[in-house]
Amino acid sequence: MITAILRRAGAGVLVLWAAATAAYLALLAAPGSTVDAIIGDGADTPGIRAQITSEWHLDRPAVVQYLDFLWRAAHGDLGRSYLLQRPVSDVIGSQLLPTVKLAAAAAVFGVLLALVLALVARRLTSTFGLVLVSTPPFLIGIVLLSVFSFRLGWFPVSGDRGFAALVLPAITMGLPIAGTLAQVLRDGLDRALDEPFAVTARARGLRESAVLTRHALKHALLPAVTMLGWSFGVLIGGTVIIEQVFGRPGLGQVTVQAVNASDLPVVLAVVILAAAVFVVINTVTDLAYLLIDPRLRRS
Amino acid sequence: MTIALTRPRTVRLRSLRLARPGVVLAAMFLILALIAAAWPGLFAGDPLRADPLHVLEAPSGTHWFGTDQLGRDVFARVVHGARHSLSISVSATLIAVGSGILLGLLAGLSHKLADEALSRSFDALSAFPLVLLALLFIAIAGTGTTSLIVAIGLSLVPHFARVVRAQTFVVRRAAYVTHAVAFGAPRSRLVLRHVLPNVLGPIPVLAVIGLGEAILLAAGLSFLGMGPQPPSPEWGAMISEGRGYLHIAWWASVLPGLVVTATIISLTVAGRFFQRRFEGRELP
Amino acid sequence: MITLEDLRVTFHLPRRTVEAVRGVSFTIEPGERVAIVGESGSGKSVTARSLVGLAGPGARVDATTLEIDGRDARRFAPRDWRHLRGGFAGLILQDALVSLDPLRTVGAEIAEVLRIHSSKTRFERTKEALRLLEEVHVPEPERRAGQYPHQLSGGLRQRALIASALAGGPKLLIADEPTTALDATVQAQILKLLAERRETLLLISHDLAVVSTLADRVLVMKDGRLVESGATRKLLSGADHPYTRQLIAAASGRRRGTTSEPGPVVIEATGLRKVYGDRAVVRDVGVTIRRGEIVGLVGESGSGKTTVAQLLFGLVEPTSGQVRFEGQRFSGVPERARRPLRRRLQFIAQDPLSAFDPRWTVRRIVAEALPRGEPVAPVLERVGLGEEVLDRYPRQLSGGQRQRVAIARAIAPRPSLIICDEPVSALDVSVQAQVLDLLAEIRERDGTALLFISHDLGVVRDLADRVLVMHDGQVVEGGTSKSVFEQPQHEYTRQLLAAVPTLEVSA
Repeated sequence: MITAILRRAGAGVLVLWAAATAAYLALLAAPGSTVDAIIGDGADTPGIRAQITSEWHLDRPAVVQYLDFLWRAAHGDLGRSYLLQRPVSDVIGSQLLPTVKLAAAAAVFGVLLALVLALVARRLTSTFGLVLVSTPPFLIGIVLLSVFSFRLGWFPVSGDRGFAALVLPAITMGLPIAGTLAQVLRDGLDRALDEPFAVTARARGLRESAVLTRHALKHALLPAVTMLGWSFGVLIGGTVIIEQVFGRPGLGQVTVQAVNASDLPVVLAVVILAAAVFVVINTVTDLAYLLIDPRLRRS
Repeated sequence: MTIALTRPRTVRLRSLRLARPGVVLAAMFLILALIAAAWPGLFAGDPLRADPLHVLEAPSGTHWFGTDQLGRDVFARVVHGARHSLSISVSATLIAVGSGILLGLLAGLSHKLADEALSRSFDALSAFPLVLLALLFIAIAGTGTTSLIVAIGLSLVPHFARVVRAQTFVVRRAAYVTHAVAFGAPRSRLVLRHVLPNVLGPIPVLAVIGLGEAILLAAGLSFLGMGPQPPSPEWGAMISEGRGYLHIAWWASVLPGLVVTATIISLTVAGRFFQRRFEGRELP
Repeated sequence: MITLEDLRVTFHLPRRTVEAVRGVSFTIEPGERVAIVGESGSGKSVTARSLVGLAGPGARVDATTLEIDGRDARRFAPRDWRHLRGGFAGLILQDALVSLDPLRTVGAEIAEVLRIHSSKTRFERTKEALRLLEEVHVPEPERRAGQYPHQLSGGLRQRALIASALAGGPKLLIADEPTTALDATVQAQILKLLAERRETLLLISHDLAVVSTLADRVLVMKDGRLVESGATRKLLSGADHPYTRQLIAAASGRRRGTTSEPGPVVIEATGLRKVYGDRAVVRDVGVTIRRGEIVGLVGESGSGKTTVAQLLFGLVEPTSGQVRFEGQRFSGVPERARRPLRRRLQFIAQDPLSAFDPRWTVRRIVAEALPRGEPVAPVLERVGLGEEVLDRYPRQLSGGQRQRVAIARAIAPRPSLIICDEPVSALDVSVQAQVLDLLAEIRERDGTALLFISHDLGVVRDLADRVLVMHDGQVVEGGTSKSVFEQPQHEYTRQLLAAVPTLEVSA
């Protein structure tokens, strides 16, 4: 068990290193020199150029720059935003909370709805899931906005003030998760209920509902846990778009701004942050597997 | 008389229920969308003609989907948008499928270490949010239609590469491939005659489903303003433009959105239908 | 105890309707041991499961009389069925690895029955579960109760499954192929355990020999109908129905073909050893097969016999030792060097379906094995298949037909040796007999040597001239079929032979 955790952690560090290196290569690969990017639309004189070069250590060999980049990245220093002229970690840190709030609320809503759909409204799940997964998330947001905010006035149109402002974005983001998760849970339940052990359980005189909750559910959780990683992708990808739709502050807004302005350090920091979350989620997923399925515990 | 029995087998029934009318509808919709992309003029007039006297009008007999903030016919724009949106997604999918097959085969057929390294990176990248990957490419290459296509295509590569590599891995070790050794065939012939056909068989179906994903992603990115610039009638861009008038004219963004949804659902339904047919052909 | 008249079970599936049971009537008296015998698809399992209301999804069950424990089960509500299941009747299925919930400990599985059918406290239930494990002779019940099915051996698992069926104190035990997934020695132990029980027993099996050791009365089913029934002894000595006679003939075995003069050596392996990690799967195995010979290789699962097949076939390189085929080195050389010899050495696998490219038709499959341009139909004719199968895909064939295609493909290049790995294990007994006849005939006509690998001693005895017995990676005994089966020298061989249920048929 402990070696399993250590191995996961090692693999995680590897993924992070790969992400950071890819990020660094992306910086190099971007068209135009780094100096051009930093200057942007600002004043362009040889003096300023020289100043930027020494300030950003652009005169050192590439290898040193790369190692320096890694060293600083490992300490949480991801450089300065070209656009905002502030440390990237500041930019991201200040916008982290609203995004985390939104993602957490969406995840909770999505998982609960999925459980209800899979266990109770089992017939609905398939069609419902198909529609939810196929609908662009921003469309769901727009429809919810026009009905509940503009027409009915129940929720604020934009911003991040109070719980009410969280409801519509969280539902928008949670629905596709619920759709897919419910389908996966359902298929898992159906498969488990067709297994011989389900027949044995019924032959003991167990109620169908007890066969479902005491036996089948645990089996259905295995594939559902796999979807955790996927849901995280939906959440991160979702924030980028949903924060636009609902005019919420957060990492998504920062990312879109940065992409539009070619502010690479910020974009790369978001990518590295996402990779870090990805590593954590994957480790949790693997441990959850071990917890659920004793067959995987053999070392 | 009948005795109460256990629950009916819902798995198969459910998929069948969905199949019949759903597949027909999906096929009809997709054919219409293709025709719209090929000859948009067949269905609708000029998507760019502004009419300041009829701004933000609700759907009616003359303007099926209403008009937008410049008085342009939303239906005409949706029809003409099919060409933009579909060509972006189809090109992106082609890039993704092509490179995915190459990389996947490379990993699946190469030796342990290379396979390990490649397939690990496919796994990691395909679990990564698509939007973020695409945004990363756009941040480097800048906005615009070409860059959008490449960004979407590259983001989808890991997904296809992963599927192809997994399939290659399975087929390569399948009993019928090891068995073919018995006839003294060289390795290259085994790969050509047994491995490739069985690996590539499911690709068209996956490509259809992947196309849906590409459309979704393209719409999302254009919605963020990373795609074709106004006044091009692109679906995601239309939804984005109409958003400002949501409180008085919902149709300008919701109706194009529904068309996007319908297209993706149709692709998924069609893809799943072929998948089932395909599986039915492959398995007992 | 059970009275059944005109039982009909129909499955309404999405695209078709299957009549699984078409009018079956019988009674079971208290204390009786009744067996239903039949091949796959005969409706035997469905009949048995209908007795506890678990005929299956989408099934419609009709009967003019369905009396269980003195009550009319036709009017049972789901509640009545639940009360009956586990309490009145315990069900034992084939493989405990999947018939017990793999995510729960066996102790929890047994205790669950007690939770439903008794008012015992949690503590009492745990204690009772241990007692039940002891009752079915599971050693160290305390430790075993806390383990998961995959942590137990096949025999212990099956005992735990039986314990869970016994937990509710049933009067009737329904055992559906209870020993099919087990090795011969373990099967014998489980049969002994079942024979100890006092409960009324309904045994379902495809294996007449297994049944004859246990049952007082046998019912023979075919295509959803009861074709014959009677006391076991009487039925075995004088069956009326031709199908029953066919089953008995297949199960009691008969010598196939004659031992001809052994020809030159075809394959010779010496000192074969294969190590995976730190485990030696095959240890110092030597095999010599001559032209026209059938050599049987027997052993239980995990004995290393399949690895030996792969070593001989040149799929796996031995860690040490060597294989010579037709006088040339066949191991320790690159595949390129083996290629010219490849067509002379063929292989037949247990599961022919996975050994065929799913996208190829029978025509193409067999043509691949033939010299270019030679017609396919004559080869198929030799294995008893007509031209109608030429354009079918493997999955469209029955199990027996598939194995015939596999044989056709194997004989097509006129090999000197065919390695057969459990070629008939997946087939029904009557089909098994036909395939074995075919193999014997091929040896007879072409002088092809066969290495016949099987866990089924009966089949090997009928077919092989010489036998090698493998245990734990080693050949523990070898000799002519006659000497090994009649005067086994090694202790393990004796155990193996004692464990095989045999049919005592008075001719």
